[in-house]
Amino acid sequence: MLDAYFLQQLINGLTIGSAYALIAIGYTMVYGIIGMINFAHGEIYMIGAYTALIAITGLAALGVAFLPIVLLVALICAVIVSSSAGWAVERIAYRPVRGRHRLIPLISAIGMSIFLQNYVHLAQGSRNMGFPLLIEGGFRFGAEGDFQTSISYIQITIFITTLICMAGLSWFIAKSRTGRACRAVSQDLGMSSLLGIDTNRIIAATFVIGAALAAVAGLLLGMYYGSIDPLFGFIAGLKAFTAAVLGGIGSIPGAMLGGLILGVSESMTSGYLSGEYKDVVSFGLLILILLFKPTGLLGKPEVEKI
Amino acid sequence: MLEVRELSMRFGGLLAVDQVSLDVQEHEIVSIIGPNGAGKTTVFNCMSGFYKPTGGKILFGDKEIQGTPDYKISRLGLVRTFQHVRLFNRMTVVENLLVAQHRHLNTNLLAGLFKTPGYRKKEQKSLDRAAYWLKRVGLLDLANRDAGNLAYGQQRRLEIARCMVTEPKLLMLDEPAAGLNPAETRELNQLIISLKEDYNVSVVLIEHDMSLVMEISDRINVINQGRPLAKGTPDEIRHNDDVIKAYLGEA
Amino acid sequence: MATSNLKHALFCAIITLVVSYPILGFNLVSQGTSVGLEGANPTTVTAVFLAALAVFLFQLFRDQIMSGLGRVPKPALPTTRNMSDATRVRMQNLIILFVVIGAAIWPFLASRGSVDLATLVLIYVMLALGLNVVVGLAGLLDLGYVAFYAVGAYTFALLSQYFGISFWVALPTGALLAALFGLALGFPVLRLRGDYLAIVTLGFGEIIRILLNNWTSLTGGPNGIGGIPDPTLFGMEFGRRVKEEGNISFHDFFGIAYDSTHKIIFLYLIALVLAVMTFFAIRRLMQMPVGRSWEALREDEIAARSLGLSRTGVKLSAFTIGAFFAGFAGTVFASKQGFISPESFVFLESAIILAIVVLGGMGSQFGVILAAIAVTILPELAREFSEYRMLIFGAAMVLMMVWRPQGLLPMRRIHIHLDKPE
Repeated sequence: MLDAYFLQQLINGLTIGSAYALIAIGYTMVYGIIGMINFAHGEIYMIGAYTALIAITGLAALGVAFLPIVLLVALICAVIVSSSAGWAVERIAYRPVRGRHRLIPLISAIGMSIFLQNYVHLAQGSRNMGFPLLIEGGFRFGAEGDFQTSISYIQITIFITTLICMAGLSWFIAKSRTGRACRAVSQDLGMSSLLGIDTNRIIAATFVIGAALAAVAGLLLGMYYGSIDPLFGFIAGLKAFTAAVLGGIGSIPGAMLGGLILGVSESMTSGYLSGEYKDVVSFGLLILILLFKPTGLLGKPEVEKI
Repeated sequence: MLEVRELSMRFGGLLAVDQVSLDVQEHEIVSIIGPNGAGKTTVFNCMSGFYKPTGGKILFGDKEIQGTPDYKISRLGLVRTFQHVRLFNRMTVVENLLVAQHRHLNTNLLAGLFKTPGYRKKEQKSLDRAAYWLKRVGLLDLANRDAGNLAYGQQRRLEIARCMVTEPKLLMLDEPAAGLNPAETRELNQLIISLKEDYNVSVVLIEHDMSLVMEISDRINVINQGRPLAKGTPDEIRHNDDVIKAYLGEA
Repeated sequence: MATSNLKHALFCAIITLVVSYPILGFNLVSQGTSVGLEGANPTTVTAVFLAALAVFLFQLFRDQIMSGLGRVPKPALPTTRNMSDATRVRMQNLIILFVVIGAAIWPFLASRGSVDLATLVLIYVMLALGLNVVVGLAGLLDLGYVAFYAVGAYTFALLSQYFGISFWVALPTGALLAALFGLALGFPVLRLRGDYLAIVTLGFGEIIRILLNNWTSLTGGPNGIGGIPDPTLFGMEFGRRVKEEGNISFHDFFGIAYDSTHKIIFLYLIALVLAVMTFFAIRRLMQMPVGRSWEALREDEIAARSLGLSRTGVKLSAFTIGAFFAGFAGTVFASKQGFISPESFVFLESAIILAIVVLGGMGSQFGVILAAIAVTILPELAREFSEYRMLIFGAAMVLMMVWRPQGLLPMRRIHIHLDKPE
């Protein structure tokens, strides 16, 4: 069964999936700490992609062509802008409503998502913009004449970048002072603040970290897909959220696992059924997981507090 | 009427309740006491169907009810209050009592939409019952206030009234005196005794206020660290060495 | 204190610049396959810097501004508080009566275009009143509400296409089918906690849209379905020529000249009657046990369960009833447009309806109706602003949640009269 075509779908799926995982981190960390879905996270990722594209085009206009420099500058710009946006979103839309009836932050988040989507839409138009594939080429294997499996360099880049980010994040959460505080806050927010942890700062940090990783994904997926538009964060955000839930929301390895499973099942649907139905499959997967194992694959069971 | 047999509840690795047994007879007030974290509320949560116990049996009459969904248990006539008052805050006081009577008003949708005479009659009945209990707990003048705006002691009383309009057989009160001042506690005392005497409701009580417990309980169960420690009449408990030790720590 | 304020203000201003300058200050332009970059016009750039300055000043003098704002007296809203409750209810009913009569006479005096727009407003009123049950009363965030709207519209379109069914048969069928969909979809998902529910309903909405888009053999896919018949009045048709054998046309029957506005007005009146029915039905439900249990579940699910309310049953009833009214609205919409396609049922539509409910005041029927009117009409009045419409909605939703979560016209509790017990 492991034919070349299957292998190709698997590779494509793992690529997309690992990028989903990067976005999913933002959902999972925020949910882990304040228990809300940051609906605007997909838009943060979209803003990252736009910033990266603007930086790349700007550098091209300035005549900078050395690839590592272009990528690095685009990455830094995207990360800075997205993180700032993430910080601002938390400050404006979430912090003032924290602790109110659960519908209120949720609606605020949806409002923020609509706002940001239309902000970019108005500023940059609704047309999709071609995103240059800066990392070209790849290699193929398999018999000539048959279907050849190919792996492009961009796919490898996406996969490796994700692994590096995940490893870095895990290290950060496990070892750094802020990371320890993050874990404490997600255990018990009230207690942590009594113990002198600046919870506001930690929550803001969570948003910033999530946004930064989303920006990385924005640059990578922008290149991979070859074009972006203001709506492209919305669906990607939903997918990433699905990945987070699939793996067990609140769990960082879970986000990785969920992302990969989702990516692979999507690319298998596209490959064997029809690209039109891949969204149906991922939403279906989300619904099934929530119904039968709402804690996800690696999540911890929750006990209802009475 | 209610019997709990060797009830156990495990959360992951933590055994919160370990083989607790107790029973409540008709026309009786039974207290569960014990230090903080002893598992009293967990026992309540199992009895009221919010948790499915991992071991043991709960018999109500001669029916096994462990693991029955919460809403079905309350329909059997086992109704509870909560350690932290849980009212429908943005609904009025009287609406809180009407919600609780949904069962008495269980007519079909169309009858309600067109206000048939039968529906009106039932509605009037539940309004009267609400008015009766509001008067009984001294909240009649506040009937149309938002429940969330009541003073704490009033909220506690409203919660009990809300249980009583469902006409329960057994009332479970989780720390009803918490946060009340001495005068309010005395009133509560009277109220609980009257529930038993005048309305023939049995009461299970979790309480820290020892004067209250000793004064009104017919029998007392002591739990410590999830395990049963002692049971008996207030006098027996007062002189039980194990209980004294558990409360005062080993000297 | 002053230095930390200054630092914070500076930081906020820089964030403002970072977030807005790259996106607003440069314009990406497509040049064939590649993309070029242009600087934005100077006004935009100036605006970005002014915004940053404004943020800086606001943060710097935040304490003073906030305390200043606190001192401004709240505008005194006209209150009916000192009226007795019976009088107030009577007044309210009288006002409703006048408004409805006015709304029924108005189309005969207004222009064709405005009557058509008013029909759309009424459709939104129905949708928003229905969603208000789900979100405002039951506290269930349904982001896929538009799916039920689509079910209503497609039911009519398909039934008329394949079975030649008329509007009057399709109206209850569409609503019941939408309700059935609500029941079927709701049953598995309503056990979920609030935020999961939101995302799952969103997923369902998208799935339905994708299916409509791709099931070309049945739904015509993105091309949609056309030729949806107009409603008839006791068998009288409103077209110039009678389409169905045995029918008679409206203008022939009354011996008047054919006028295409007759149909528009007729549709408007149907929508008006349905909207009024929706309003009263839901108002009645709110005072019934089922309506109270919705609110109880929204307020405290655990307490509601402890009193014998079945969580699934109560949520399901709200979900189903909300879907029912969306189906109503969908049928009217299909009839009004004469043509429907999946494009009318995108997530954005759900978001607009949600915005209406949130702005008007969750749970408040009057608020929701006013918001539906405002949200539909304002973009038409100020066409130059219509492209900013969603931007403003998004911002308004956030601002409402932060400052006035109860909405513009908050829900008022109904006074219940109790007889003094003996």
